[in-house]
Amino acid sequence: MDNRKDEIVFCRGGGCTAKLGPGMLGKVLEQIPRMKDSNLLIGYDSSDDGAVYKLREDLAVVQTLDFFPPMVEDPYIFGQIAAANALSDIYAMGGDVKTALNIVCFPENWDLNILGKIMLGGSEKVKEAGGILAGGHSIADQEVKYGLSVLGTIHPDKVFANNQCREGDRLILTKPLGTGIICTANRIGEASEEALDQAVRSMTTLNKYASETIRKYRVHGCTDVTGFGLLGHLNEMLGDVFSAVLYSDRVPYIKEAFAYAGEFFLTGAAQRNRNHMEGQVEFQNVPFEMEEILFDPQTSGGLLVSLAPEDGEACLEDIKKLGLPCGMIGTVVKKREKKIYVKGD
Amino acid sequence: MIHYIDARGKQCPIPVVETKKVLAHGAPGDIIETAVDNEIAVQNLEKMAVQKKLAYEHRTEGERHYIVRIFAPGKEGETQETSSGPDTGRENVCRCNPVETGKTVVVLSSDKMGEGDSALGAVLMKGFIYALTSQEVLPDTILLYNNGAKLSTEGSDSLEDLKLLESQGVEILTCGTCLNYYGLTEKLAVGAVTNMYDICAKMMNAEKVVKP
Repeated sequence: MDNRKDEIVFCRGGGCTAKLGPGMLGKVLEQIPRMKDSNLLIGYDSSDDGAVYKLREDLAVVQTLDFFPPMVEDPYIFGQIAAANALSDIYAMGGDVKTALNIVCFPENWDLNILGKIMLGGSEKVKEAGGILAGGHSIADQEVKYGLSVLGTIHPDKVFANNQCREGDRLILTKPLGTGIICTANRIGEASEEALDQAVRSMTTLNKYASETIRKYRVHGCTDVTGFGLLGHLNEMLGDVFSAVLYSDRVPYIKEAFAYAGEFFLTGAAQRNRNHMEGQVEFQNVPFEMEEILFDPQTSGGLLVSLAPEDGEACLEDIKKLGLPCGMIGTVVKKREKKIYVKGD
Repeated sequence: MIHYIDARGKQCPIPVVETKKVLAHGAPGDIIETAVDNEIAVQNLEKMAVQKKLAYEHRTEGERHYIVRIFAPGKEGETQETSSGPDTGRENVCRCNPVETGKTVVVLSSDKMGEGDSALGAVLMKGFIYALTSQEVLPDTILLYNNGAKLSTEGSDSLEDLKLLESQGVEILTCGTCLNYYGLTEKLAVGAVTNMYDICAKMMNAEKVVKP
């Protein structure tokens, strides 16, 4: 079988760009009756990343699930990225990883070595996370999909909610944006090797280190930036109570993403994100390319942290030591007419 | 010249990338028609048009079938008459409204004017189109169908007049089915090809329909 042909089918524009649009999803979830349990500390009514269930006064479990189609050609790297992305949900809650189960969709007639590489990449990330791979479930499917269901632990009083920010909070982003745009450019053969390397490095980096770092500070809210893009996830974090002011020159992004956005290497998912936020964002002197970067769906994106203003600088200095581009991108303010104001240069 | 791209079944950004390539090689005044199968792709194409300051419009052909027309920059001093001008703000990205009202539409359903001798009918039609060019207020659109399609194709005596009208901003649209039926698809010499949905919508939304 022609191997190149396989690779093209292997990567059809996946990652978090494959997510259903936020508007669409909200409509469906509204129809599902909510169950109540006082031990369920965080469920899906706060549009959080995972569920937190209290077992004892000093112990809760965090449970998450994430999987998607490949966004890069290399199966081993895809495995690493998919696993880092799934594990990230635990870290966004402030938890520690314990066990993980593989979720696999794979075409029956394909070379099993490809699957082997995907799962090897995934298992290495679970190991790095300090967890143990404990099984999984696989089905034959026309397209490859891979991810993990992860179980973590956390102290019930130390959960990072994603909707408890306070006025004056500083907002920190721990990884650069633009991975969606770069993977899209790469899919049509237009991304430079350097750009792809940076995107892969960012996507394969566990949010474990950022999560452990921010626990030393007064964190009021935390989420990981994935399919809904920075603005979409920030919007969820602000709830109906706050607005935010962002400074676009402080937002970390992979340099090439700006040029690629100017070439319109843009996904449908980014446009869905834009539509979802329509009327809620005011761009002040922000170039089109930067707008696209702010809407860009991220795969295994960084943590978006809302923390006490006095802790902002010190925390950012600590995060910088982890080695990825990061930034203190803005401030939480009282609710204004729009949810998010992005100031350009 | 009109370029067609069938980008149905292709995921973003492929429709945009293919359209961009054709735009780059197109001549001034060319029209690029890209068929896509979802609204998000329509929005992404229009987003590119806004950024490139190009006029654009879209129409719905059917379920999962949309056509986005993007107008390559015209010759110097020439403006394109479309529902969304190039200078409209980026707020309009998702709000391109294809419904036009208050327009005058001239319908040419035959290459002859009136009942009677066919040679006389042809002379009258040529005269009518010539007279149109000297009107103080020009129509917004001229629709050509059935035998009317022969007026906008090679060999027609009215080509110069229709080209003059087009250069003054009149939209000249010829029925694609008719061109095909008469074997004239390759011979269209002025304006663009249209379809029944568009013909119907133009007539329904017109303030005045003139049919000689």
